[in-house]
Amino acid sequence: MSQSNVNAPAWYTASRVLIPGLLLVALVILAALVSFVWTPFDVTKLNIPAKLQTPNTTHWFGTDHFGRDIFSMIMVGARTSLAVAVLAVGIGLCVGIPLGLTAASMQGSLLDEIIMRGNDLVFAFPALLIAIMITAVFGPGAVNAIIAIGIFNIPVFARLTRGSALSLWQRDFVLAARVSGKGATRISIEHILPNITNLLIVQGTIQFSLGILAEAGLSYVGLGAQPPTPSWGRMLAESQTLITLAPHLALFPGFAIILTVLGLNLTGDGLRDLSDPRIRRR
Amino acid sequence: MYHNSTRKTASVVALAMAGLLLSGLVAGTAMARTDITIGMQLEPPNLDPTGGAAAAIDEVVYANIFEGLTRFGPDGSVNPSLAASWTVSDDGLAYTFTLQSGVTFHDGSAFDANDVKFSLDRARGEDSTNAQKALFTGITDVTVEDDTTVIVTLAEPNGNLPFNLAWGDAVIVAEESIADAGTAPVGTGPFQFSRWVQGDRIEIVKYDDYWGTEAKLDKAVFKFISEPTAAFAAMLAGDVDAFPVFPAPENLPIFDANPQFQVVIGSTEGETILSTNNKQPPFDNVKVRQALAHAIDRSAIIDGAMFGYGTPIGTHFAPHNPAYVDLTGNSEYDPEKAKALLAEAGFADGFETTLKLPPPSYARRGGEIIAAQLREVGIKTEISNLEWAQWLEQVFRGKDYGLTIVSHTEPMDIGIYARPDYYFQYDNEALQALMTDLTGQTDEAERMETLKQAQTIISEDYVNGYLFQLAKTGVAAAGIVGLWENSPTQANDLTAVYWQ
Repeated sequence: MSQSNVNAPAWYTASRVLIPGLLLVALVILAALVSFVWTPFDVTKLNIPAKLQTPNTTHWFGTDHFGRDIFSMIMVGARTSLAVAVLAVGIGLCVGIPLGLTAASMQGSLLDEIIMRGNDLVFAFPALLIAIMITAVFGPGAVNAIIAIGIFNIPVFARLTRGSALSLWQRDFVLAARVSGKGATRISIEHILPNITNLLIVQGTIQFSLGILAEAGLSYVGLGAQPPTPSWGRMLAESQTLITLAPHLALFPGFAIILTVLGLNLTGDGLRDLSDPRIRRR
Repeated sequence: MYHNSTRKTASVVALAMAGLLLSGLVAGTAMARTDITIGMQLEPPNLDPTGGAAAAIDEVVYANIFEGLTRFGPDGSVNPSLAASWTVSDDGLAYTFTLQSGVTFHDGSAFDANDVKFSLDRARGEDSTNAQKALFTGITDVTVEDDTTVIVTLAEPNGNLPFNLAWGDAVIVAEESIADAGTAPVGTGPFQFSRWVQGDRIEIVKYDDYWGTEAKLDKAVFKFISEPTAAFAAMLAGDVDAFPVFPAPENLPIFDANPQFQVVIGSTEGETILSTNNKQPPFDNVKVRQALAHAIDRSAIIDGAMFGYGTPIGTHFAPHNPAYVDLTGNSEYDPEKAKALLAEAGFADGFETTLKLPPPSYARRGGEIIAAQLREVGIKTEISNLEWAQWLEQVFRGKDYGLTIVSHTEPMDIGIYARPDYYFQYDNEALQALMTDLTGQTDEAERMETLKQAQTIISEDYVNGYLFQLAKTGVAAAGIVGLWENSPTQANDLTAVYWQ
C-alpha cells in the first residue's frame, strides 16, 4: 500500500478497473460459498406445477421448465463454474510452470525442444475437440470437462514461464547464484519463479475467465456437468426452445456468465496495470 | 312433370352457378402449390423398410414409395392396397390374395404375383434382416397361382395376417431393384424416389404411371432438422411446410396462436416407457420394479416433459385401441408405498443405477424428472445422455443399462414382451403362451380378451415403468389438407395431401 501512495496515479489507473473487477468476482465467489449452506430453494427438487414463472417476490429470478428456482440454480451453478475453472487453471499451473522452468533452464537442449514442440501440439488442438475426445472415451461429466480445459491451459503457462524465465537467466543475479554453486532446479525455484509470479497471476486470472467460458460452452453442448448438477451453460441450452415463451430462462444464466467473465477480465487487467513497471513508472 | 319449366330454369341457374364456382376453384387450384416440404427430426439410415428398424425409414417411404398387399388407413384400419381383395379358406390356413392389375414399379417393370412371392419369401427367409420377422413367422408357403393371384399358406390360422402385411416391413419390392433399395428405393407407390442429399433432405416426385388414385402433389421434400430450436425457426420462416411430429411441444401454443399455422394433436402408437433391464439386479426383483412404478408421478412427467401432451398409460398398449384396459391404478403415484416395497425387497437405503437417455425431449426432460422422483424414494440414478447410435449400441443391442426411457412407436407391439432376448429381457412363459394363442385366434372377441389378459400380466409384473402414450404434435402451414391427424403406424402418407 505504501508503494501505491507514492505512485498515486498508477494505483488510480489500476484501481479503476481492479475494484469493480474484484467486486464482481467477490460477488460470484460469495454466491458459490453461500450456496453450500443456503439457497432459497432446493435445486434438486422439481415442482412442475410452478414451472416457467416470471421473476416475482418468491422466485427472484423466476422458475425454469421444471419449476426450479432460477436464483438458487444460478448460485449453485456458480459453484460448478468456479470449481471447474479453478481446478482447470490449477492443472495448467501445476504442469505448465515446471515444464516451462525446466525448458528455460535447459535452453536449446533436446528436452527443451521436446517440451516446447509438445506444447505446440497441444496448443494446436481446440479445447472443445479435446473435450469431445475425452468424453467419447470416459463419458461426459464435470471431471472430464476439468481435464479437457486443464490440458488446454498447460501450454499457455509453459510458454509464458519459459519466455519470461529465459530473459531472467541472462540477468546478473542468476549468474551470481550459478557462480555460488546453486543447481538449475534451485535457481529456478528460488530466483526465477518469484520474479515471474506476478505475470503468472495475471495470466492465471485471464485463463480463469476463459475457463468459465469454456465450462459454459462444454455444458451448453452437453459435455460438462451432468444433470441434476446445475450449470450455467446447460441452463442456457435448456432455455433455448423456451426463449419465446420465457426469455428470463436464458437471461439470468447469460448475465451470470457475462458478469463473472467481465469481473475476472477487469481483475486481470487491473493486476497487470499494477505489476507492469512501464505503467507504474508513469 | 307439371313444373317442368320451373325445374329447367332452376337447373340452368344451378348450372351457371356451378360453372362460376368451378371457374373459381380452377383459378384457386391453379395458384395452389403442388410441392411440400416435410420436416423430420431424424434422418433415416437407409431407405429399405424391409431391412431396417428405424422409424424414419417408414416415415419417408411408407405408402409414398413402397406399398404392401394391404395398408393402414389414417384411422389405423387395414385397407386393400396392392391386393385388391382376399379370401380366407374355411380352415383359416390359406389366404388367397387377388392383386391389382396394371401396376408397374418405378423403373417401369411390371408388378405381378412373383414379386409378392419374392418379397414375402425374402422377408421370412432364414438370412432375412427384416426388423419385424415375427410378422411372417406363421407363413409356411407362398404360391403363385397366376399373375394376379397369390396364395399364402399358414401353419396355424392367423386372423392378423392382413394387419401384419400392412406394416412397412412387409412392403412389396422387386428382385431386380432390391439391392439398391437402401439408397435408391424402387416401389410401386404414387411417388418415386428422386434425390437424397445426405444429412439434409430426401426428395420424391410424383410417379406418372401410378396404378391408383394419383397423388395431388408433384413433389415432396423431407427435410431433416434434429435441433428443436432450428425446427422452430424453420417452421416460422416457412422453410418447412409441415412438421408432423414437432420436437418441441413447448412451442405449440405459439403456432396455435398464429393463424398462418394449424396445430393438430393426435394419437400415436408410441408407448413411452421407463424400460427396465429385467435381468439386471435389483430389477430382477418384482418388488423393486413395483416400487419403481409407485415412485413415478406420470402427470408431472407429462406436464414437465411434454407440456401436457400425452395420455397416461398403465400398460404397454395404446389407449385409443378398443382392447385397451386402463391399468394406471396398478402403479399410482405413492412414494411411501414405494419406500415400503424397497424396504421389503431389502433396499431400505435405496440403491444406485444407470439411466441412459436417447436424444428426444421426452427422454431427456422426462429422465431428469424421473431421476428427481426416484431420488425421493432413495434410488440414485446416474444420468447419461446418449446419441441414438450409442443408445442402439449400448442399450438396445448391448443390454448394458439399468433404466432408459424410450417410446415404442410400432403399432400393436405388445408381442415384444414374449421375446426374452428383447432389450428389457422379460421372460415370462405365461405371457409367451398367451401371445402364441393370440396368433391362432381369429375371433375378434376372443382376441380382445387375450390382449386384455396380456396387458394385465405385464402391468402386474411391472415389467417396465409405463409412462404415457406419445401425442402426435403436428404443425402445418394453414393451407395444407390431408396430413394424418393420428399416427396408427410410423408414416407420413402424402398420397392425399394438397394445398387449399
